[in-house]
Amino acid sequence: MTAPLSLPSSRAHRFATWLHRRPRVQLGLLLSGPVGWMLLAYFGSLSILLLNAFWATDSFSGQVQPFRWSLDAFGQILTNDVYRTIAVRTVAVAALVTLTDLLLAFPIAYYMARVAGPRVRRFMVIAVVMPLWAAYLVKVYAWRTILQENGFFEWILTPFGIQAPGLGEIANSWIVLSYLWLPYMILPIYAGFERIPPSLLEASADLGGRAGITFRRVVLPLMVPAAVAGSIFTFSLTLGDYITPDLVSDAKFIGNVIYDNSSLGNVPLAAAYSLLPILIMIGYLLVARRLGAFESL
Amino acid sequence: MTESRWVRIGLRAVSFGVLAFLYLPLLIVTIYAFNPSRIQTWPPAGFTLHWFGEAAANPAIRGALLNSLLAGAGATAIALVLGTLAALAVHRFAFFGRDTVSFLFVLPIALPGVVTGIALRTTFQTVGVDLGLMTIIIGHATFCVVIAYNNVVARLRRLPRSPEEASADLGADTWTTFRRVTLPGMGTALLSGGLLAFALSFDEIIVTNFTAGPGTRTIPIWIFTAIQRPSELPVVNVVAFVLILFSAIPVYLAQRIGGDAGR
Amino acid sequence: MRHLRIPTLVTVIAVLAACTGGGAATPSVTPISEIGEPEDALNLIIWAGYAERGEVDPAFDWVTPFEEETGCMVNVQEMTDSNNGVSLMQSGEYDGISASGDATTRLIASGLVAPVDTSIFENYANVFEGLKNLPHNTVGGLNYGIPHGRGPNLLAYNTDEVSEAPTSWDIMFSDEYAGRISVYDSSIYIADAALHLMTNQPDLGITNPYQLTQAQFDAAVTLLEEQAANDPLYWGTYADQVASFASGEVVAGTTWQFQVNLLQADENAPPIEAVLPDEGSTGWSDTWMIHKDAEHPNCMLLWMDHMMSAEANAQATVWFGEAPTSAQACEVADGISAGHCDLTHATDETYYDKIWYWSTPEEDCADEDANTTCVTQDDWVEAWTTIRGAS
Repeated sequence: MTAPLSLPSSRAHRFATWLHRRPRVQLGLLLSGPVGWMLLAYFGSLSILLLNAFWATDSFSGQVQPFRWSLDAFGQILTNDVYRTIAVRTVAVAALVTLTDLLLAFPIAYYMARVAGPRVRRFMVIAVVMPLWAAYLVKVYAWRTILQENGFFEWILTPFGIQAPGLGEIANSWIVLSYLWLPYMILPIYAGFERIPPSLLEASADLGGRAGITFRRVVLPLMVPAAVAGSIFTFSLTLGDYITPDLVSDAKFIGNVIYDNSSLGNVPLAAAYSLLPILIMIGYLLVARRLGAFESL
Repeated sequence: MTESRWVRIGLRAVSFGVLAFLYLPLLIVTIYAFNPSRIQTWPPAGFTLHWFGEAAANPAIRGALLNSLLAGAGATAIALVLGTLAALAVHRFAFFGRDTVSFLFVLPIALPGVVTGIALRTTFQTVGVDLGLMTIIIGHATFCVVIAYNNVVARLRRLPRSPEEASADLGADTWTTFRRVTLPGMGTALLSGGLLAFALSFDEIIVTNFTAGPGTRTIPIWIFTAIQRPSELPVVNVVAFVLILFSAIPVYLAQRIGGDAGR
Repeated sequence: MRHLRIPTLVTVIAVLAACTGGGAATPSVTPISEIGEPEDALNLIIWAGYAERGEVDPAFDWVTPFEEETGCMVNVQEMTDSNNGVSLMQSGEYDGISASGDATTRLIASGLVAPVDTSIFENYANVFEGLKNLPHNTVGGLNYGIPHGRGPNLLAYNTDEVSEAPTSWDIMFSDEYAGRISVYDSSIYIADAALHLMTNQPDLGITNPYQLTQAQFDAAVTLLEEQAANDPLYWGTYADQVASFASGEVVAGTTWQFQVNLLQADENAPPIEAVLPDEGSTGWSDTWMIHKDAEHPNCMLLWMDHMMSAEANAQATVWFGEAPTSAQACEVADGISAGHCDLTHATDETYYDKIWYWSTPEEDCADEDANTTCVTQDDWVEAWTTIRGAS
């Protein structure tokens, strides 16, 4: 220590000493910045978005009329079947993507955590993390080049007499979204497998549990929080994406309705429709919290 | 529990299959970056470095890169400060609504990005804020706070309290203790949190698309517009390839730090 | 940051309160009557190809000379359709727009654009008389902008696959080329269906494809639903369409001359031709308009003048494949691409009688008859969302 730890007579020191005896004030100072920011920037924005959902638009110019109250946007969403079709489609694909990622993540995560030696494990963790850092758009774009006519898929499939799907199939969205969010599923599940104490598995084996039974009765239940944690990502990211569906397929998702209406100037409709993914995700998060997924995030 | 030999072989095959799936698209873009033709057909017609020169000379890319770096730096700085403050508060004090605070910070990342995007855009326009670099930074900082927060909280939990108490016993005030004891203890957590926040900001498009104004293009926005112009695709391939190379840097650093930047 | 917060909150509340007072905007009525010192930047909303800087073809560059001359650095945002353009103008971030007729009327009515005294433009005198004071950009004797160019929406087809040149839009609505048809992804495309019905179902009594009664509108939507069932590929940006024609994924579709030019210039693309079918077509006549609160008004006014100059107008209209706006521009254009003005019928008003310029659907059908009501713009947008979203 070359400098004195404290400067007894300085004003800052006196303030710090004063502060030390008042934990409430300390807490208030610490929290006011971050909580204020979140309240103002995030929840303030959400509130203004919510307000917009109840505002009217001019039927000719399309301009939003602030504080002219109207339920038109909600009426439109509820009466026109297309909004339900799109919502169901999106949730179905989100569920499918989640399931696909679970199926792909379980074996590799298990292998990484319990089968592979330390060197292979280290290599695989890096190999799974790397694509997460690679730019999102680069990955979507890469899939576009693979799926498009004269692309890699066509080159692979043509010799087998299968016609490549081209850009426009809804299955493209499923493949690409599953690809994009897969590492978000592998990592928590891998961490989950690592957390299971080996002694527990030995106990099960000692009690006569065969490998299959041990896996089903001991390992799987313990993995629920990790799987749910991973599924928060796969589900939410699918609900919130509008770029992937637009670039690799023709089928509209919830995100597209919101983005398109925003860019066409119908903010009230976009705002009203935004409530749907918000409510879905809040419900999902509450269930996830019950299942203990937050400790696995 | 021991797996039979066949289960192990099966697991290994599936695992490496999944890895191949993860790397196939990246590999294909890499190959296209050296494709001499403007038209993207598989397999590529030859090999060239021509497009690298074009990409380097493109002023739009350089402008976008600068914007991305500024946005990332701004958002990371805000996220680190706010995330650290919140982490200290949650770690040090037991107070009513502590769990709510954690939930509060997770929301921007748990709720769909398109919602954050349209909420911010609508607000900026309702309130009359001009869209530009500032609004991009605000948007990014909102969901980067949780990254910094998570990293710092995890570190604080592992950090023993005794050095802080010793410092206080030796007469150091709160601020001095924080500066000389707590902050150095959090160093690598801040570094890995900052790295992650920066990468997230650098890559963001879903929200940025809503909050960017005319003339403020970031790298993802540039890619998004360029992939819609056939004549620019060769340059997009090069930029994509370079970004893939770049993504090794944070992974390497994170390994060096040995830290929590895994996710 | 911290001491900023309270004032910001107060501002938010004040602004919100101020908004309650404002109702419908009234168009500003004093035309801009002088061009001052140029600022340093210009933010434009454009149709793709309306502001080239030689990146695709070095011979086509009318932005760089403008920047060098005025010091106004040009930023552009391409709109995907007129609705998108109007929305971008509402954001208040842009100085001006190259608006088609279905956007101009909306922009004028909502008071977002300013009228200009055309005598401040050096190049306005040369503009063809037939393009001056048109209803889509002139209201109450005030000129809300200056013309850029005009042209029809064409029917493009791949001559390898469609051996006989189509003379009708039928090909778009039949299942003969199911899955291989290219359709413009915008609510304004409903008018193309209505135009088709004008000739094919005369008993519907459609007299204007943009002003449709509910029954006429429903017929057009039904036709488009049948089209959607044939699984066409919708194009949102010109590049999507170019790519799908080039790869052979589609063989016919509605297009602009611009895409046809690009495809014909691409030696790897299949042979593409474009025709104006006998039923006539929809089309556009574009106007450069200035935002009433433009941040860089003088740069915008200079740009408007620039786009009427013979050199810039010729390059821009040849590049996009549309009709120039002055005899002087025609002369230069013919030098770049021989016969351009004849090809685009620059002075042939009888040709343009067959073209229904994009315009906004209006509740009063935009006519004198007080008894009829028509389907409005927002219903068009919703119907299009439904057609597109269901697939």
